[in-house]
Amino acid sequence: MAGGAAGGGGTQGDTYKEARTWLLLPTWVTLSILVLVPVLLMLVYSFLTKEFRGGVIWEFTFAAYDQFFCDRGLFGDEPCSIEWTYLNIFWRSIWQAGLATILSLVIGFPTAYFIATRPARVRPLWVFLITIPYWVNLLIRTVSMRFMLREEGPLNNFLVWSGIADAPLQMINTNFAVQIGLFYSYLPFMVLPIYAAVERYNFSLSEAAADLYASKWTTLRRIVLPAVRPGVIAGCILVFVPSLGAFLAPDLLGGAKNFMIGSLIEEQFKGNAGNWPFGAAASMILLSMVLVILMIYARQQARAGGEER
Amino acid sequence: MQVSDGTDHAIDVRKAVKRYGDFTALKSITLSIRDNEFFTLLGPSGCGKTTLLRMIAGFEDVTEGEIFLFGDEIENLPPNKRPVNTVFQNYALFPHMNVLENVCFGLEMLGRGKAEARRRAGEILEMVQLSQFSERKPSQLSGGQQQRVALARALAPQPKVLLLDEPLSALDLKLRKAMQLELKHLQRETGITFIFVTHDQEEALTMSDRIAVMSAGEVQQLGEARDIYERPENRFVADFIGETNLIDVTVKAKDGSRVLCAFDNGLTLTCDAVPGIGVGQSGHMSIRPERMKLHQEMIEAENFRARVIENVYVGTDVQSILGLDGGMRLTVRTQNSDRGKARIFEPGSDVFVDVEFGSARLLAH
Amino acid sequence: MSRARFDVKSYPGFVQLTVLCLLILYLPLMVVAVYSFNASASIVNWEGFSLRWYADVFTGPESAKFKLAARNSFIIAITAATVATAIATLAATAMIRGGRFRLRVLSLGLISLPLMVPEIVTAVATLIFFNTIGFERGTLTILLAHIAFCIPFAYLPISARMQGIEDTYEQAALDLYATKRQAFTRVLLPLMMPGIVSGYLLAFIISLDDFIITNFVKGAGVETLPTAIFGAVKQGLKPNIMAISTMLVGFSIIMVTVSYFVGKKDN
Repeated sequence: MAGGAAGGGGTQGDTYKEARTWLLLPTWVTLSILVLVPVLLMLVYSFLTKEFRGGVIWEFTFAAYDQFFCDRGLFGDEPCSIEWTYLNIFWRSIWQAGLATILSLVIGFPTAYFIATRPARVRPLWVFLITIPYWVNLLIRTVSMRFMLREEGPLNNFLVWSGIADAPLQMINTNFAVQIGLFYSYLPFMVLPIYAAVERYNFSLSEAAADLYASKWTTLRRIVLPAVRPGVIAGCILVFVPSLGAFLAPDLLGGAKNFMIGSLIEEQFKGNAGNWPFGAAASMILLSMVLVILMIYARQQARAGGEER
Repeated sequence: MQVSDGTDHAIDVRKAVKRYGDFTALKSITLSIRDNEFFTLLGPSGCGKTTLLRMIAGFEDVTEGEIFLFGDEIENLPPNKRPVNTVFQNYALFPHMNVLENVCFGLEMLGRGKAEARRRAGEILEMVQLSQFSERKPSQLSGGQQQRVALARALAPQPKVLLLDEPLSALDLKLRKAMQLELKHLQRETGITFIFVTHDQEEALTMSDRIAVMSAGEVQQLGEARDIYERPENRFVADFIGETNLIDVTVKAKDGSRVLCAFDNGLTLTCDAVPGIGVGQSGHMSIRPERMKLHQEMIEAENFRARVIENVYVGTDVQSILGLDGGMRLTVRTQNSDRGKARIFEPGSDVFVDVEFGSARLLAH
Repeated sequence: MSRARFDVKSYPGFVQLTVLCLLILYLPLMVVAVYSFNASASIVNWEGFSLRWYADVFTGPESAKFKLAARNSFIIAITAATVATAIATLAATAMIRGGRFRLRVLSLGLISLPLMVPEIVTAVATLIFFNTIGFERGTLTILLAHIAFCIPFAYLPISARMQGIEDTYEQAALDLYATKRQAFTRVLLPLMMPGIVSGYLLAFIISLDDFIITNFVKGAGVETLPTAIFGAVKQGLKPNIMAISTMLVGFSIIMVTVSYFVGKKDN
């Protein structure tokens, strides 16, 4: 029964099958009106004409997507050549999210593995320890990181005091700070699924490999990793996807120069840009990217599930 | 045992069919269960016995056919409208209620006053010797005690029929034996009809007034324990109930109610004729291992020659594996206490096998 | 040195990385907690232990703003968690006890939608929605948005708990003459309670912590704790923010711990 973790699992009886429509009605109504319809409306907005200082005019146009992809020169009358401004922001977001994911994997895998090899009695406590930071306000955690990385902050004080650095390093408002921030925000997401996979792993396979003359690291690479791969992939997606659309880490740690998608979108609604259709279009592009990733993942999961049976 | 006149049936199942999509779990079951009877549905897992029980309880709807409870048609009633109660396989004691609350639950749902429910629950807990545990939670009880609470809970509303779904399967052997006797005792004391589901043939033989042996969604044989064991009607029943030697035979000749059967190796044995297998036709012969005796010399004309291959000591008995002509094998059981009368022969000895009169049964395929 | 031990399970360096992992997760929060007790008005120097900034949160010049924000936050979190938990409990009953049905997969997709859509996208979509239907932004819009994204967080522990409850318990109740409604309220609901409490607490924390969606759908002048903190941080990190943050962190940790132990009970 452990397999259905991702999907909310299977049924357990049909005692209330006559009532199921009524039981689900509040969910359908609430989530359709407050999530599904708004997302569809956002798709519509991305094809509307912008009104200055927020809002839209109900006139159909491709202007938002045109602005995103096409550079039409200073006066907007030249033929379309590729507009790099926004693609670069997207590319930077992918790059930052990717680096944060790799960093999380490097730290998160050994942690998950270590926890999964503790005695069964203390494992829940370790997992709990890893989970707590996730439940702590993301804003406060990001602010704490900002406090740590400041020019006169504790980390720099430590580096100078210990002689690792001669002078305080410029860490805040750099790409590095954003990566650290994303990594710090979503690290628990990497640990938990890998932990679940390693916990299910049958360690006599490692013993068999050792018995057949494999070294420890060969065993890890050839036996353990393939067995826990689904967990690793799940962890990477759980870190990469929210990192891609993150707003707080780039905003509070990256400063004005290190814009990511989240900041770009926010700017259209809360900031000075005030271009709602453009913000809606950027959101749609972000959403499409995420959905494609999730769909590839779901398909792969289904195939892996098929192989098991 | 009184003969049923057809009016005192606790349960009448008429042509009940259960289908799940393309799969037929029960193929037109018809059977009657008498009032005050300890009735057992016996069969391997997947034979449909639990499905039939759950249909009587109301947890499964009936695809076709009818079920009557003391003459009232019940198959369209929900479970809470049927005056039958169930003892579940895993007991299903409500973990958030104590023993007394569990036992009171049914009475309260029937609208009895709290005081009356408590009085009645107290009585029934007394009967299963659990009065001192009434404030405990189910998790604080042993398996045997939980079992008795489940029984008390199901008996408290005084059901017309009590359904028991493999209630003893979670207990260890000793406790199971004790509970078998207690259940039988309880059934006689309360006078309630018990329908008991089990896959354990020994349990069924020990407790039941009558047994329905089921396989593949059909009743294979219905009768008293002795009938089922000694006069199995088909190969499945002979094989499933107890141990037996099953031998392929061909009917050679018929003489009144007796027929002469030949084994594949040419040996012959007479037995009672059964309808459906005429001269020249083939069938199976079932001989129980304990119904054969080994002798040094031939003492009856039908005794046949064999050689002891191996003796297996199994405590109460010694089980001898015999080799016959043509590579045939037979198993014979000799009681240890019979050692004086029935000798146990060393492996390698040549012996004569004496089949007790009337214990060889001819069976259709 | 002790004898060489051959443990095929363990790898050198993994312990150190685990320690590093925990250090990364906890150190920033701890440092902020320590500095919140700093007597100095500057965040740079340590001038001894003091509760000055905690006093400042409650009585200082900004206390009125933060008190109002905290009040909003708690009212919204309590209401959103209550409504979301009720909706999720009904949904879990249908999903886990409703047999197989065609809309099941679709419903599961709908429930997990808020988890799949990036938060900033949900924020944009919700803002656009309220703008289109002309719903004036304020506390109510925040509340509605919170109810929506709290549903999956409440649903997950409740449905997980329900899957662990065999349906023979309801069958036993029905067999003992309970109606389906009685079987639900008298048997299933009490058994689900640990999951419901867990789900409620998680939904509550998620609502209390939310910044991005709240920031989009809140009206002018309406603040919750996170938006108030964000606004203040934009003006510069001050010790009173660290005191508020530390209190909020402590509160979250207590809630999660309670949820953890309630969920563990009789499982």
